[in-house]
Amino acid sequence: MTVISVEGLKTHFLTRAGVVRAVDGVSFSLDRGEVMGLVGESGSGKSVTGFSIIGLVDAPGKIVDGSIFFHGDDLSKLSARQMQALRGSRIAMIFQDPMMTLNPVLRIDTQMIEAIRAHEKVSRKEAWTRARDGLAQVGIPSPEQRLRAYPHQLSGGMRQRVAIAIAFLNNPDLLIADEPTTALDVTIQAQIVHVAQKLCRERGTALIWITHDLAVVAGLADRIAVMYAGRIVEAGDTDDVIDHPRHPYTVGLLGSVPSANQRGQRLTQIPGMTPNMLALPEGCAFRDRCTHSDNQCSKAPQVSTDERGHAIRCFHPQYVKTPA
Amino acid sequence: MTPIIEARGLSKKFVKRLDLAGKIAQRLGADIHEEIVHAVDNVSLSINAGEVVGLVGESGCGKSTLGRIIAGILPQTAGTVLVDGKDTADMNSTDRTAAALAVQMIFQDPFASLNPRMRVEQIIGEAPLVHGLTDRAGLSDYVDDVMMKVGLDPLLKQRYPHQFSGGQRQRIGIGRALAVKPRFLVCDEAIAALDVSIQAQVLNLFMDLREQFELTYLFISHDLSVVEHIADRIVIMYLGRVVEAADTEALFDDPQHPYTRALLAEIPRLDQRKRDFTPIAGEIPSPLNPPSGCHFHPRCPYVMPVCKTEVPKLAAQHDLRQVSCHLDNSTRRIID
Ligand SMILES: Nc1ncnc2c1ncn2[C@@H]1O[C@H](COP(=O)(O)OP(=O)(O)OP(=O)(O)O)[C@@H](O)[C@H]1O
Ligand SMILES: Nc1ncnc2c1ncn2[C@@H]1O[C@H](COP(=O)(O)OP(=O)(O)OP(=O)(O)O)[C@@H](O)[C@H]1O
Ligand code: SF4
Ligand code: SF4
Ligand SMILES: [Mg+2]
Ligand SMILES: [Mg+2]
Repeated sequence: MTVISVEGLKTHFLTRAGVVRAVDGVSFSLDRGEVMGLVGESGSGKSVTGFSIIGLVDAPGKIVDGSIFFHGDDLSKLSARQMQALRGSRIAMIFQDPMMTLNPVLRIDTQMIEAIRAHEKVSRKEAWTRARDGLAQVGIPSPEQRLRAYPHQLSGGMRQRVAIAIAFLNNPDLLIADEPTTALDVTIQAQIVHVAQKLCRERGTALIWITHDLAVVAGLADRIAVMYAGRIVEAGDTDDVIDHPRHPYTVGLLGSVPSANQRGQRLTQIPGMTPNMLALPEGCAFRDRCTHSDNQCSKAPQVSTDERGHAIRCFHPQYVKTPA
Repeated sequence: MTPIIEARGLSKKFVKRLDLAGKIAQRLGADIHEEIVHAVDNVSLSINAGEVVGLVGESGCGKSTLGRIIAGILPQTAGTVLVDGKDTADMNSTDRTAAALAVQMIFQDPFASLNPRMRVEQIIGEAPLVHGLTDRAGLSDYVDDVMMKVGLDPLLKQRYPHQFSGGQRQRIGIGRALAVKPRFLVCDEAIAALDVSIQAQVLNLFMDLREQFELTYLFISHDLSVVEHIADRIVIMYLGRVVEAADTEALFDDPQHPYTRALLAEIPRLDQRKRDFTPIAGEIPSPLNPPSGCHFHPRCPYVMPVCKTEVPKLAAQHDLRQVSCHLDNSTRRIID
């Protein structure tokens, strides 16, 4: 059952310096319980994709083309109030900084009870019980006590788990997790991934995990989509993308991840710098960093998909195997 | 061989002073007092010339503090630092200057650590000029040479830091350190702020420079896979103390300290698919009020009564590995 389907999404920012095509023709869909890793370097449009789905793109940004269907309903047809009702109940998002979700001047209990009662008519008592159970489910010790705390009295990792607990309060069908572990230590990162993975599995929640860390999504996601300069340049089953990357950018990214078998050796590096979104090269946006580019690449490559559903946007697919 | 750097029993305590409200509350009899963080607690470490030592641990465990003390930019509360076998506290001023130049530090945030009002030429050239490594006439060539070593185009030397990308700014920071011809670099999260595709470039640069100039590094990172890649030896810290130190291969093949084992189990790896993420139990304790005995005991699956009362010693094992744990190997294997 398809939960979310994004088709040809274009979200642009009309700035004084020019049009930033932050998301420029992105398509994907997710079934119930499916986990997709959305990977790419800084500025590639991962967050803007998430914000577009949840309806939080602000001026000067605008969805200029494409559509987003949630359980088959076109989200652009919803009123602001309907969208608001969807947000935080059926679709939830967590962020790199949990303080985007949490209000610093309110106690955790107040915020959690509010989050439940905004979408459902239940007594405060019942909402409180659900809030407490929610904290327990994300592994927060002595939840009754923590409910009385203010956000600043919790560690960064705990705050992020509270944000996850809030996201799950109303049993969402889709959770968008935007780099929720980037600022955290490995051990805390494992806690966060663990609770998100557990809750999504238990409840069949579809999950979009946004990150620049391929190793995390390799262990978490069913499918991976790689973004570069506003476009998905490669997408497919996790095993296909990681073990048999086809797009030169993905090949480069995988080569630059340090791994045990390359201990002490030079890493393969992607030349050049992260692209300036206001001055992308014509045609394939990766052209000036790509070691396989030729004249053909001055035209924009279209998506080609093989029989396994492994899709790329490139004129010269690579056939390499990532060393295990 | 005399180690290039040796730290003996280093400790650093930070006192978190009370603010006015706290002082008044204290006068009125409230149970508040100045809080002391034992950021580095009796750490000894020696690094041989040419070695790359990785320093790993969770946020707040004291990595930067230790790095800064070793780099000579933060005074220790107790203990000694020896450069080439000589105690820095006993050096005359000539030796002290030489030691200060020999040991340089590279920081995480390539932007905050560069003066925004200085041109690259000045940022890189200032220290060598002051220390007589070049004169005014030779400065321009000197800077060009350093810029080329770190992969920057010398034509850009009249620019300001904000006119460069993150990766380029980190190269400027590395250039500034290299300009005084150091032998030892403390790299504190030197690639953490960079984009994935750029991290590999800078990591490669560190490896090239090491070879070219026979540099020695203390490479601080919270990212074990980065450290695994670059370091010959790895030191693991937990709440101010070293819990394990070993050759990289030995550490990864056979981690001994329960904390190291838990840490290694949690590194995300490309070749692990559809895994169940299982975290270490418990929360990171507050450094203001660390657990008694072995700091790791509230989270340790092997905890014994002695762990709660006695601090385990950092003991050397047959393979030169050092581990600080009451559990001996044979017992651990039986429990496993
Ligand atoms: N409010 C805005 N005004 C102008 N441009 C914007 C705005 N928000 C985002 N952008 C641009 O849109 C592009 C995509 O940004 P986005 O935040 O989606 O990147 P990202 O992939 O999430 O990166 P990161 O990994 O750094 O979070 C960037 O080039 C960014 O500069
Ligand atoms: N100037 C200072 N004043 C007071 N406390 C400090 C100071 N510098 C560091 N600390 C404390 O000392 C402890 C160790 O800090 P340090 O910065 O060395 O940790 P770290 O391992 O480098 O952490 P991170 O990975 O977050 O950089 C922390 O509890 C920190 O809050
Ligand atoms: S289309 Fe051309 S430039 Fe773009 S990634 Fe493929 S080979 Fe490289
Ligand atoms: S000393 Fe005890 S508590 Fe500490 S790591 Fe060893 S077994 Fe665990
Ligand atoms: Mg983002
Ligand atoms: Mg630090």
